[in-house]
Amino acid sequence: MIRFEHVTKAYGQIRALHDVSVDIQDGEFVFLIGPSGAGKTTFLRLLIRDIAPSRGTICIDSWNLGTLPRSSVYLLRRKVGTVFQDFKLLSDRTVFENVALGLEIRGKNDSEIERDVMRVLTLVKLGEKRHLFPQQMSAGELQRTSIARTIVGGPSVILADEPTGNLDPDTAWEILEILQQVNSLGTTVIMATHNAGIVNDLKKRTIALDRGSMVSDEAKGRYHTTHKTAAARHKSEA
Amino acid sequence: MKSLSTAWKHMRRSPYQAMAAILTMFLTLLLTGIFFLASSASYFILQYFESKPQITVFFTDKVDESEVTKLKTILEATGKITSLKYVSKDEALGIYREQNKHDPLLLEMVTADILPASLEVSATDPKYLGDLEPIIKQAQGVEEVVYQKDVVDTLISWTNAIRLVGGSLAGLLALDSILIVTTIIGMKIALKKQEVEILTLVGASPWYIRAPFLLEGGLYGVMSACVASILIGGVILWMYPMLLTFLGVIPAIGILLGNPTGVPFLMATLGFVGGLAATGFLLGTIGSFVAVSRYLRF
Repeated sequence: MIRFEHVTKAYGQIRALHDVSVDIQDGEFVFLIGPSGAGKTTFLRLLIRDIAPSRGTICIDSWNLGTLPRSSVYLLRRKVGTVFQDFKLLSDRTVFENVALGLEIRGKNDSEIERDVMRVLTLVKLGEKRHLFPQQMSAGELQRTSIARTIVGGPSVILADEPTGNLDPDTAWEILEILQQVNSLGTTVIMATHNAGIVNDLKKRTIALDRGSMVSDEAKGRYHTTHKTAAARHKSEA
Repeated sequence: MKSLSTAWKHMRRSPYQAMAAILTMFLTLLLTGIFFLASSASYFILQYFESKPQITVFFTDKVDESEVTKLKTILEATGKITSLKYVSKDEALGIYREQNKHDPLLLEMVTADILPASLEVSATDPKYLGDLEPIIKQAQGVEEVVYQKDVVDTLISWTNAIRLVGGSLAGLLALDSILIVTTIIGMKIALKKQEVEILTLVGASPWYIRAPFLLEGGLYGVMSACVASILIGGVILWMYPMLLTFLGVIPAIGILLGNPTGVPFLMATLGFVGGLAATGFLLGTIGSFVAVSRYLRF
């Protein structure tokens, strides 16, 4: 279980996240929505201890991230895998090698790596393209590679930071299907997104953030018109 | 194993940086190796001379054997003598012939008459040599007294000089090598900043990320040691006849150089190359460790 208790993250005078308290149960699929600058990425970065909270407590199962030693952060990141909007793939490695990285860091042997990577590449429909390099692939394929690298190690939580942000609607749905498939196997998925269509169609739990504060937490949420973009809000404020 | 192949890949992808590191370390290890060999040789030479009699007393041609016996008795009575060995003219000729058996011209010109008889004296402690000197000089029929101590002192000063110069130079070059490796590995870490960031985010342990960089420095050292060993080996091979002539009389060196396919020579070679490789690995790893500690903090 993931628990945020009165978590605040400030960068000097700027509050990226303010007094957020939320529980996420094992196996949930949660959308994190809100305009740019709402605090979605901060929320996710706190979960992998990329940054530390200014106040409050964050726990994942029995781990209190505030007291987790720096030398153990890598263990947290094996438990909590992340899918990035910009993929974060190694350009000098093939699809297979990029995905294998998720197992190499865990000290798996070659035969285990070969077996598990091929299984995951088949799941994301990239088995045929395992020898290609990132620069030879489309954005959708890159994101599927990134997801494959994240899930191959079997994390119990997957964080997806706007994974469909750079993709066309059809490809975005393909990515969503993979994440739903992984979620159906018991993995918790927390996905930050701007994509109203996806949020409205899937009707999953939705946490809305605005200017660092949690404004709603709905069990079958929708991307309401009140979740305006920052630009629209500034325009109306003006 | 994975770290080693990653380190090798890093080296292949930036060959000029690798070459700069290897060349610098090669110079360091070449000089270290040469000074080590020179220092070892001087040690064996010194040991050889120290094991020789400390005083050699040469007698005049007309000396009577009873006078030699009298001197021996007086010296033994002091209680400061370890050994006394009389070498007659004939025995001196025998030694001379053995030493110059490859040069018939030298053998033809020398007879027992022109070689002096001698008495080789070893004291229980070199400090007694001063007490023995007047006794020997007062004896009848003594022509010349040669102190081994003078030779040994000269050798000691040479050995110390070699060690001081060699050690200082090797130390400076070692420091230089460490700094070069630190700079090169630091540059490589900076170039791979994005890769390091990705590895960190996907859960690679600090040592998974650091190990290839540490090994890379170590590999530079081992490669440099191999090149330096080959060059030193070549030089020794080229100078082999000369070394055998000049240093072959020293027992330890004679055993090594006398039989290049024998176990002692092969073991010494293995030890030398292994020692040089270990030194190179250590220097490279220290350089990498400094860079990793500075630029890869987690």
